[in-house]
Amino acid sequence: MRRVRQLAWLLLALVALASLGAGLWAPADYAMQFREAPNSPASHQHLLGTDELGRDRFSRVLYGTRVSLLMAPAAALLSTLLAALLGGVAGYLGGWSERAIMAATDLFLSMPWLFLLLAVRAMLPLDVSPITSVAVTFLLLGLLGWAASARVLCTGARGLRNSDFVLQARACGLHGPRLLAIHVIPNLKPVLSAQFWIAIPVFIISEANLGILGLGVSEPLPSWGSLLRELEGFTSFGFEACKLVPLVLLVLVVCSFQIILTRDEVYA
Amino acid sequence: MRKLVWHLIAMAAIVLAGGLLSATLVRLAPGFATDEQQLDSRLNAESVKALRQARTRDRNIPGFYLHYLERSLRGDLGESRTLNRPVRELLAERVPVTARLLASGMLAGWFCAVLLAVGATMVRKPACDLVATLLGGMFLSVPAAVLALLLVFANAPAYLAIALVVFPRVFSYTRNLLAKSYGLPHLLTAYAKGAGPLRILVWHVLPVAGAQLLAVAGISVSIALGAAIPVEALCGVAGIGQLAWQAALGRDLPLLVNLTVLVTVVTLAANWGVELAGQGFRMRAA
Repeated sequence: MRRVRQLAWLLLALVALASLGAGLWAPADYAMQFREAPNSPASHQHLLGTDELGRDRFSRVLYGTRVSLLMAPAAALLSTLLAALLGGVAGYLGGWSERAIMAATDLFLSMPWLFLLLAVRAMLPLDVSPITSVAVTFLLLGLLGWAASARVLCTGARGLRNSDFVLQARACGLHGPRLLAIHVIPNLKPVLSAQFWIAIPVFIISEANLGILGLGVSEPLPSWGSLLRELEGFTSFGFEACKLVPLVLLVLVVCSFQIILTRDEVYA
Repeated sequence: MRKLVWHLIAMAAIVLAGGLLSATLVRLAPGFATDEQQLDSRLNAESVKALRQARTRDRNIPGFYLHYLERSLRGDLGESRTLNRPVRELLAERVPVTARLLASGMLAGWFCAVLLAVGATMVRKPACDLVATLLGGMFLSVPAAVLALLLVFANAPAYLAIALVVFPRVFSYTRNLLAKSYGLPHLLTAYAKGAGPLRILVWHVLPVAGAQLLAVAGISVSIALGAAIPVEALCGVAGIGQLAWQAALGRDLPLLVNLTVLVTVVTLAANWGVELAGQGFRMRAA
């Protein structure tokens, strides 16, 4: 299993490197249209062919991977920070603040994730600039995806509240934010880290779902979601196989995250 | 009995808060006050004024929500703005379609997941385990919308997309639960006494893992409901998932509030039912 995990890390590193250097390896800009060659098959000039507007698919995949791979961790970081703040405070303070925050968590968790996401995204303007659409999409993921992590962190913080070392710190006169910063938050780091890594593939898939339904990143900026929209007119595995490249890439990356996150004891 | 009442009160509070939250979000959405009907040049000034007044009534969120609750207690769920039909009628038409889709999808997903999890746990070979993990991981990595598109391409029924969304989640939970149950010390005694694999599974493993498996069933209802939106929207199934999609795009306030309440009730009821069943299961096992 260690080898598979190393392979997953290697794949993630390669994909990240390729997408970060998109400006270097991409043969064309993601928005550049080769009007004389729409829907062309793979060739020396266009490694993965072109889309219906004549844009080089290989370049779009590279730039789209950059958007999805950079923004999903950013959204995961935001949601983890929110979860740490709300869950940590709820667990540490207890009483009414814990009940109120956990009631809000229950409310968020009582709606299916995709339903909540689609409903809220559809209420925001759709005709925005591509950069704004990227910000809106991933901000939304970060702002709505905190509930499950907050519950886990609340349990963790509650455990710490009654621990011996926190009691001793209190007895020594340490209170409030300092106690939280010095003793509670550092001890929640492993949980925070796990929640952060779990959120990344979830957000990548959610962005893809939104993109396919036309509520994700706006054209002409590519992302995995908007690239997968091409599958709507998919007719054959032979001529149009290049359209599947973003899907294959997405599956490989998300699978790599799953493998990295999988615990060893399952395989023991 | 007291616990039951508290459960019901908590559930009602969450449902009401969910409805209010969705009403607030729709009200705050940009462009809510405008209506494309108002731009229709065939309408005279009075009609446009009447349309504006109708919109103004909805601007007061608490007022709108209280009015909605009062009417819904009388069985009137309002009228859809985009489809120009009573919401009650729309829900009566579409709920059975989604219920059938979800039931078939969840049954198929659960059947495959449990079968594969039992097989992977009983065989206990790293290669089999890895293959099963990769299969589950692969489906876990494909967005529900892509599964729906691929099924449209393959001319396959839409419920398979729900099954493929539910399958990897149920499989991974079930396999881990079964693996833990197979590691319990009393199973060694059962093996030593010569109990066969099927007897061990039915009499010793499933009763231990049963309560937690029921909890997974509750979660899978929520997962399937979420997946129903892209699946119904892309496969052209006229259920509540597609209706939610149309309502969200058209900012159809009455429809969206009703759907939020409905989805919240279904999710909470499923989890609550499963919790109660789990308690019964644990009591019997004890």
